[in-house]
Amino acid sequence: MNEFQIKKSDLEYDAIIVGSGAGGGMAAYVLAHAGQKVLMLEAGAHFDPRTDAQQLKWPWESPRRGASTTRPFGDFDAAYGGWELEGEPYTQKNGSEFAWFRSRMLGGRTNHWGRISLRMGPDDFQPKDGLTDSWPITYDELKPFYDKVDRLIGVYGTAEGIESEPDGIFLPPPKPRLHELFIKKGAKKAGVTVIPGRGSVLTEALPGNNQRGACFFCGQCGRSCKVYADFSSSSCLVNPAIETGNLTVITNAMVREVLTDKSGLATGVSYVNTKDLQEYQVNGKMVILGASAGESARLLLNSRSPAHPDGIANSSGVVGKYLHDSTGASLSGFLPQLMDRKRYNEDGVGSVHIYSPWWLDNKKLDFPRGYHIEYGGGLHMPGYGIGSNIQNINGLVPGKDGKMKEAGGYGASLKDDYRRFFGTNVGMAGRGTAIARESNYCEIDPTVVDKFGIPVLRFNYKWDPDEVKQAKHMQETFKEIMHGMGAIITSELPGADTSYGLEAPGKIIHETGTVRMGNDPKKSALNKWCQAHDCKNLFVVDAGPFVQQGDKNATWTILALAMRTAEFILSQKKKTNLS
Amino acid sequence: MNRRESLKAIGLTAIGTGILLEACKPGKEVKEAVVNKESAAQPGRQDFEVERDKALKEAKFFNEHEMTTIAILADIIIPKDEKSGSATDAKVPDFIEFIVKDMPKHQTPMRGGLKWLDIQSYNRFQQPFSKASSAQQLSLIDEIAYPQKAKPNMAQGVAFFNLMRDLTASGFFTSEIGVKDIGYAGNQPNKWEGVPKDVLKQYGMEDMV
Repeated sequence: MNEFQIKKSDLEYDAIIVGSGAGGGMAAYVLAHAGQKVLMLEAGAHFDPRTDAQQLKWPWESPRRGASTTRPFGDFDAAYGGWELEGEPYTQKNGSEFAWFRSRMLGGRTNHWGRISLRMGPDDFQPKDGLTDSWPITYDELKPFYDKVDRLIGVYGTAEGIESEPDGIFLPPPKPRLHELFIKKGAKKAGVTVIPGRGSVLTEALPGNNQRGACFFCGQCGRSCKVYADFSSSSCLVNPAIETGNLTVITNAMVREVLTDKSGLATGVSYVNTKDLQEYQVNGKMVILGASAGESARLLLNSRSPAHPDGIANSSGVVGKYLHDSTGASLSGFLPQLMDRKRYNEDGVGSVHIYSPWWLDNKKLDFPRGYHIEYGGGLHMPGYGIGSNIQNINGLVPGKDGKMKEAGGYGASLKDDYRRFFGTNVGMAGRGTAIARESNYCEIDPTVVDKFGIPVLRFNYKWDPDEVKQAKHMQETFKEIMHGMGAIITSELPGADTSYGLEAPGKIIHETGTVRMGNDPKKSALNKWCQAHDCKNLFVVDAGPFVQQGDKNATWTILALAMRTAEFILSQKKKTNLS
Repeated sequence: MNRRESLKAIGLTAIGTGILLEACKPGKEVKEAVVNKESAAQPGRQDFEVERDKALKEAKFFNEHEMTTIAILADIIIPKDEKSGSATDAKVPDFIEFIVKDMPKHQTPMRGGLKWLDIQSYNRFQQPFSKASSAQQLSLIDEIAYPQKAKPNMAQGVAFFNLMRDLTASGFFTSEIGVKDIGYAGNQPNKWEGVPKDVLKQYGMEDMV
């Protein structure tokens, strides 16, 4: 294999899909079920939760006891990938600290995500404050697809009638755990709304679906589910699409660029096999990118040709711009009332049992838009780090004898402290709207390539004072809820010097907006169907098309948009507008 | 697929809930999982992870003297009591040997901390820590186990003991003995029906559900 050779195939697929996550999976599902011959390319390894999930393993089955040394969310977590990948760098500009999470596995990030499944609301699509551009579609246009996603995949929740938090077609939500009842009490005192969570976990069998099991409440969705009781793209979309006989999946296939003909239409893609480094070219009547907001932008910018000198779909120069991740900040503590609590199984589901949708009116605040709050705590499976820094807490509360004790220690009394504190932890995290700004972007680094020779992304991202103010507001709210529920705060209260604990952009893994939709081809890359203005047989189905993300986690909107785009493709095929 | 069929699909055949729950308790099932532990390809593990774990297990960081001291310290921190065994019963020293190779940031603080302890012991008792009497050992530990009352010149020892305490707790409460001790009751198929009634009553939360 000394000679450099590109293997070309004569086969022409109806569509080539790049990426197998929520967007790619949904596009494949819809097209394959409609009889289209589809090829899916995934940069990472094959993964099937049924055989590969680390579900129901005990902590001692990991030599590092579940620590996050090689996997960002712990040894049992499903994610192959992370913020840093060997041989696949990215760079920063102007002191940016953008953290780019990449999954390298079938199903992408849907294997480990929190399953929090929220719809964006009418104002998220058509903002009334004039601060950001409107989407080229309204909530009402997307609503039928959210409904279909709910029915196809399943989501639990409750109808609340909150306009900005539209209701879906819900399975029953899991009941709150003990610490969540305390949170509800504390939040009420602080004037914060708390409602049942909304998650894509089958708390009951999904009507009409015999392929997926019902949840058995191990609380381990992050490990992915062997009975497919939660949503991951492989179990719910890709595998069923393969079963139609119309979808071919190639894993370990890292796509280099979208190939085009003289007229500028897409003809296929080139990719490198990440295992043996052989080069391939495959042909398709259309190309659909679902590689993630960052990777799809990178691919478009790397696909230069005489017809597309600045990268395909980029005559507007907008590709890579308007990058935005959710804001995030958190606080943790413990509930002294829960010391020595009764033990029972409260694993529940692996998504949220309760959450706080945004509850305030911005007119009275010094920052735009808002955030929702996710809560944690309880009697979790012990893992690496259990009982850490007990010297910071066991001097704060009286011992069993009612007397205060010296912090730290050792021996039988310390051993008993670990037991006493088990299950008393409580934590809260805000996830907020960051404004899509032209000045926050990713671009191709002019000098750096990855180990496959593909030019890498360079990030330029700065939080705005508005986002810092939002984080400050989160911390003040968390503090009030903690006090309201009688909790003792154990994490340091972050101040202005650390932007109130505002996480670095990219850390929340909700990055969106790099290939934005719009009606004006001069200001957007895609039209309202997520079809490239400059190339009618090229589509993007991940979070790249988002014009502006709300404070809602992106997945449910990615799924609804991808389904809508795939159905549009089928309708165009019927009209022969697409060859 | 309903819940019963779900469990069947993962091999937890629902003959009866009792058997089902029994099968998932600590101590059961594990043996099966360990069988092909060292084989090259493991389900759901990336090649680099399998190779890395193998290399870490083959490497040795602590010498015999250090391991002896770690074992003594671990049992001082978590001794046997009426409820469960000690840290060494739970093989905490082996865990600490692995984790410092897995997380190299712990290597110098651990190695240096052990040496610091030996020097302190030698200056006081003319013996390394492991050879000192139990009373002597505890008198030294008392000076580093309570951060708020420790003397400033013992601050390095306090930092070391905080780390040793954390690693011991991690190793113990993630072992089979420790998980049972702390009373974690999950990691088994069930139906979550909300907080048990007696617990709601205990905390006056009956009106919250």
